[in-house]
Amino acid sequence: MIGSLALEGVSPGFANPVADSQRVFRRVLDAMSRPGRLIDLDSGIAAASPHLTAASALALTLLDFETPVFVALDADGEAFANWLRFHCGCPITAEPKAAAYALVLADLLPALDQFYAGDPKYPDRATTLIVVCAALEGGAAVRLEGPGIAETRRIAPAGLPEDFWNQVRADRSAFQLGVDIILTAGDQIIALPRSTRIVPEN
Amino acid sequence: MESHQEDVATTEGLRLARQRAHALIAKSPADAVRSVFDLMENLPEVERLRPSEVGLVLVRGRVGGEGERFNLGELPVARAALRIPEGPVGVGYVAGRNRDHAELAALADAMVQADVWRDRLEEGVLAPLAAGLAERKADTGRKAAATKVDFFTMVRTRGEK
Repeated sequence: MIGSLALEGVSPGFANPVADSQRVFRRVLDAMSRPGRLIDLDSGIAAASPHLTAASALALTLLDFETPVFVALDADGEAFANWLRFHCGCPITAEPKAAAYALVLADLLPALDQFYAGDPKYPDRATTLIVVCAALEGGAAVRLEGPGIAETRRIAPAGLPEDFWNQVRADRSAFQLGVDIILTAGDQIIALPRSTRIVPEN
Repeated sequence: MESHQEDVATTEGLRLARQRAHALIAKSPADAVRSVFDLMENLPEVERLRPSEVGLVLVRGRVGGEGERFNLGELPVARAALRIPEGPVGVGYVAGRNRDHAELAALADAMVQADVWRDRLEEGVLAPLAAGLAERKADTGRKAAATKVDFFTMVRTRGEK
């Protein structure tokens, strides 16, 4: 026997895996092409804890056995890792640099330069961060610009570490390398692909 | 008939009981499994953790069980996972593409783990399936026995006495 999985606490995934994951994928695509826009995933899943709904839907849509995942989720971490192993079959890594995806609570977010920013030959191999925020509105505001944004767009996600935006700015300086970020709360997401720049508020 | 009263109080006993249920359901034809379940009076409500799905597994072999590993071929497998209200999670894997078969395997696996269902499952599902399998085996045995050819060799004895 190769190790067993504790299934007692595992909650269901998508009721209709094909249609549901296609719909969520389409929404993620929309979010990535219109950075900073608040997108409702309408995922229809009952996640173990409500604040992880969007993160769970993204995991079901994007992860599989070829995507090592770094998980930092506080008390829910172990149960969620189990859930991931069961539904996505993905390896869980303790090393941020080795992760294709990272699923982290905003409070526990390591410095962005801890993650893999890609290789000049293969920038697509960079880590994609899925950050679980307290809320996607009502926090400190920042202004975004870049492809997919007509002029600038203002977002105010709450609960991110204080110097998060400075780190994003630093990360963007190495474009085309860099990490792609998806902020989530409840069943909603905001995407910050690496092409999106942070501009000073004025 | 083999004994089926394993001591399920122990982890090992429960493992054996689950193994036996898995084997009986996986080896029985899907329609036979469906028909014994249809005869059950009531069944637990299920919460589907993983709706039944079909995939391929790569079957590997070794010549003589010890040679170099080689890929024998791919086998379609249906699987499902579900939870019943009593708590246990059942998983089912069966060869073939019959998703209903996989779901019934998962249901049986969950029921084996629940005290309130175990005996009813044994009586309504596992015992009839075991009898069916035994009969099928005996039938194949009879058919094979009818074609049995006895080879014998005349042993020439020379120079005796």
